[in-house]
Amino acid sequence: MRAFSYTRADTPQAAAQAAEATGTKFIAGGTNLLDLMKLDIEQPSRLVDVSRLNLRDVTDTPDGGLHVGALVTNTDLANHPRVKADYAVLTRAIVAGASGQIRNKATTGGNLLQRARCPYFYDTNLPCNKRDPGTGCAALRGLSRTLAVIGTSDACIAQHPSDMAVALRVLDATVSTLKPDGTARTLTLDEFYRLPEDTPHLETTLEPGELITGVTLPPPVGGTHLYRKVRDRASYAFALVSVAAIVDGDRVRVAFGGVAPRPWRVPDAEDAYAQAKADGRADALIDRAFEGARPTEENAFKVPLLRRTLKAVLAQAGQEAQA
Amino acid sequence: MKFEQASPPNPIDQERVVTRPFTRIEGPLKVSGQAPYAYEYGLPEAPTYGFVLGAGIAHGRVTRIDTTQAEAAPGVLLVLTHENMPAQARSDTPVPQQREASPQLSGPEIRHYHQAVAFVVAETFEQARAAANLIEVEYEVTPGQFTLADTVDSGKEPKDAVDSVVGDFESAFADAAATVDLTFTTPDQSQAPMEPHATIAQWDGDQLTVHTAHQVVHWVRRGLALTLNVPQKDVRVVAAFIGGGFGTKLLFFSDAVLSAAAARLLGRPVKTTLHRPLIFNNTSHRAATIQRVRLGADPDGTLHAVGHDTWTGNLPGGDSEPACEQTKYLYGGEHRQIRTRQSELDLPPGASMRAPGEAVGMLALEGAMDELAEKLGLDPVELRLRNDVQFDPEKGPKRPFSSRRLAAALRTGAKAFGWDDRPRAPRERQDGEWYVGYGVASAFRTNLVMPSGATVRLNPGGTLTVETQMTDIGTGSYTVLAQVAAEMLGLDLNQVEVKLGDSDFPQASGSGGSWGANSSSAGVYAACDELRRDLAQKAGYQSANAVFRGGKVWQGAECTELSELAGKGGVEATARMTYGDLTEQFMQAGFGAHFVEVGVNAHTGEVRVRRALSVVAAGRILNPVTARSQCLGGMTMGIGSALMEALHVDHDLGLFVNHDLGEYHVPVHADIPDLDVLFLDELDDQSSPLRAKGVGELGISGVGAAVANAVYNASGVRVRDFPITLDKILAGWDD
Ligand SMILES: Cc1cc2nc3c(=O)[nH]c(=O)nc-3n(C[C@H](O)[C@H](O)[C@H](O)COP(=O)(O)OP(=O)(O)OC[C@H]3O[C@@H](n4cnc5c(N)ncnc54)[C@H](O)[C@@H]3O)c2cc1C
Ligand code: SF4
Repeated sequence: MRAFSYTRADTPQAAAQAAEATGTKFIAGGTNLLDLMKLDIEQPSRLVDVSRLNLRDVTDTPDGGLHVGALVTNTDLANHPRVKADYAVLTRAIVAGASGQIRNKATTGGNLLQRARCPYFYDTNLPCNKRDPGTGCAALRGLSRTLAVIGTSDACIAQHPSDMAVALRVLDATVSTLKPDGTARTLTLDEFYRLPEDTPHLETTLEPGELITGVTLPPPVGGTHLYRKVRDRASYAFALVSVAAIVDGDRVRVAFGGVAPRPWRVPDAEDAYAQAKADGRADALIDRAFEGARPTEENAFKVPLLRRTLKAVLAQAGQEAQA
Repeated sequence: MKFEQASPPNPIDQERVVTRPFTRIEGPLKVSGQAPYAYEYGLPEAPTYGFVLGAGIAHGRVTRIDTTQAEAAPGVLLVLTHENMPAQARSDTPVPQQREASPQLSGPEIRHYHQAVAFVVAETFEQARAAANLIEVEYEVTPGQFTLADTVDSGKEPKDAVDSVVGDFESAFADAAATVDLTFTTPDQSQAPMEPHATIAQWDGDQLTVHTAHQVVHWVRRGLALTLNVPQKDVRVVAAFIGGGFGTKLLFFSDAVLSAAAARLLGRPVKTTLHRPLIFNNTSHRAATIQRVRLGADPDGTLHAVGHDTWTGNLPGGDSEPACEQTKYLYGGEHRQIRTRQSELDLPPGASMRAPGEAVGMLALEGAMDELAEKLGLDPVELRLRNDVQFDPEKGPKRPFSSRRLAAALRTGAKAFGWDDRPRAPRERQDGEWYVGYGVASAFRTNLVMPSGATVRLNPGGTLTVETQMTDIGTGSYTVLAQVAAEMLGLDLNQVEVKLGDSDFPQASGSGGSWGANSSSAGVYAACDELRRDLAQKAGYQSANAVFRGGKVWQGAECTELSELAGKGGVEATARMTYGDLTEQFMQAGFGAHFVEVGVNAHTGEVRVRRALSVVAAGRILNPVTARSQCLGGMTMGIGSALMEALHVDHDLGLFVNHDLGEYHVPVHADIPDLDVLFLDELDDQSSPLRAKGVGELGISGVGAAVANAVYNASGVRVRDFPITLDKILAGWDD
């Protein structure tokens, strides 16, 4: 960890302005940023603490949706009665991640911006384009078992590690932001996250100083909400693959985690599902959603695993719908 | 005192305190944060903080190192590199790897990744770490060998694991009615103790005191003294509480040597802990193995040919991962061929970890037994029973086992576990999404004894103090030694105080290889025996007739209070237990059986252990609470090594890439279901006056194989390339 200066912002606008200068980072729960600073992976010269901003409420929106302040903790969001009732996939995804202690500190905004879990990213001696642009990608010919299979580039094959974001994607949530000049934006998750292409160090379309103020969930869509996370141990591990699904009769919405640089959802694939014959639906969805996948030898198992996991989720949805 | 004949009846046989289920006497100190671990000792003056910078390459040399910026950084007091490190010598301890591992910053050569290249000392930990990041190092990289599989042809017969060949294995194997010929691989693994390696070093003139996390006090004392070129008598080592070692703290590393060297240069105490990401490559690990097991049997399962070959690697001068060891002793069979080949690798040092040898060797042998049973259509429990043998199968009946209750363990476990109710074929039983399977394996671990000494002092007032260099690495030494002393002197447990882990006390066995409880107890026994004699004499009794009970010494109806005998100055005795050749005359080992039920998810191939039982026969169980904890820990580690533990080698860059606890997976609570342990009654007269044997590592030796066998029984997939991760199950289902 390098020396840095620290300021605490009183308003979102002041926070955005304070963070515009190069080398500045927001800090919320600190559960990801501080780890990375200790390991010298992130080297901000200045931190703007946003953790006390008044962005910690969950409020109903006029159209029946829900607005979640950027500083609502993962624990509070997962336990919110309306989230549990109307957006259960989100509760299920959040509690599948990290640990109770970490979720108590982790915030909605910070969770969206947590960084890659590629082991080479975590060691400053090793080549990694995401951490140190232009040094190469050691994972391409090294350890890649846990990394992404689609949406990747020759510069980086890291997956986005968030569970929460996968559920937000399936719910069509949007991210609200505030820029230093006072303008607010609303972005879908596909607009918010960039794919790596040849600039894997740029992970979002946020501009310097742009603050996440919250996340908005559209009105509830009903259906059976499921989140299934497959991992190497029963808890406290990132997803090898995960499936967030809302199943409503012949219609499904499905987003995938652990397999792409952002939560992966292909709306066409959901149409393919609806149009396919009953016993070929899951395959139709996977075939379309992972068309063009480029797994490595080590993580090629993820594509069949996704297929199997989706089938398990659909079987479970059938059982829950009956019960 | 020398233990050279079967133990005659002795006061321990009363089992008034020993064998009783006392919880740890130091437990309250630990849960209230008052038990100081190496890094936590208060010091008379403000300490300084050291930070080790690890090499960024695996093999080559430092061509330039620039510390200018680091030296100018806030709070920095000293930066050591190979250019200014004081001269050192090589140490020697019973761990051969220590020779090369001891001298730190002794030259520009880099032998493995994260080897120390610089050491920064500053007023705070944060300052030291920040300054370390400012050091510029340039390297010349030379090609290294990081891939065990590429070296199998160059492996040599290691000195510590020579070939052992009896009869004519090849012909017997060729002629056998039923055979298996299977190759297993086990990955590099990290001991990953909760407490990182840590040291506080402090000089007072020529006297060095080190608080350090180490399993054997006199090894680190000797090793450090030799490395630093100071007389051993000038070095005091304190290791009173240790947060797990699992073998890696049988060696000492950069934290100890560099803190001591820097503290001398600075004239101030230096405290250093290795930060977690450094531990995996800077310190030791268990080396990967490739193992080929060949078994040849009659149709009824009687083994005639037993073959086990292991390929493993290490840095030059290191010893081998003795994965063949159990195969020498576990089952009969007159034609045997056991061979290890060791090659040179440029990975970090391989060394002891949690049941060196057996933990990974049993994965292979007991997996092969399961496959042989299947081939023969035999119950795997029955196959093992048919090959039980009461003597060392290499040496014949002239070398019997001192005690061996393998058959009883298998039978007891089968009954208690409900083995008869097992699924007879893979994918036969399903519970919701989960295929359910049962697996069994034998448990085996060679019993080791080490010389050990102690001082016992009867204090004024009649309480007793025990002092020994013995360590407690979380196993329960404090409690067990207090029980032994209380038993010997006829006291209650709370009348005994135990002081451990200080080189000022008599030299002891230390902790490792499951020898600790039995060996250190024998040392305390010897000292108590001497004290009893002195006290009986003081009371004017015949020591042979004296009975110690209720704080008094009795002869017939006469008695004298111990407090009276203690007088104003107390009475003290020091003794040491050594051993004759009983371990030569008798093969000594702990035995047991593991039974495991797993679920394999029919969709995803995820494996979850549903329940497990270990039946353990390890001589007298000195304390069933601490022994049970040892077994539960061993079982947990066995489950981990079967299902998840693996250091992943980058074969180009030459390092273990997943060097943190986020990516080096050990089981979490959710992975571990109901575990149960049953101890069989056993007294081993040949092992020590305690009639006890090692326990902890029996818990791990075999349990992973039982998991793997259960995975097969559930899923129909044999995974011989450990750990058994879900991708390997899916590959076996092949859809
Ligand atoms: C041991 C461990 C296990 C974990 N396991 C999982 C898991 O299984 N699944 C999972 O999904 N996650 C997991 N996590 C990650 C965890 O979810 C994140 O660390 C957490 O959500 C980050 O939130 P935070 O508020 O602490 O962010 P911080 O660490 O404070 O910040 C993270 C990033 O977000 C930026 N930021 C924060 N708030 C804002 C804002 N309002 N506007 C703009 N930028 C902002 C910061 O500048 C920083 O770059 C794990 C973490 C740990 C340490
Ligand atoms: S995959 Fe991405 S994060 Fe990993 S080494 Fe390559 S560039 Fe770095």
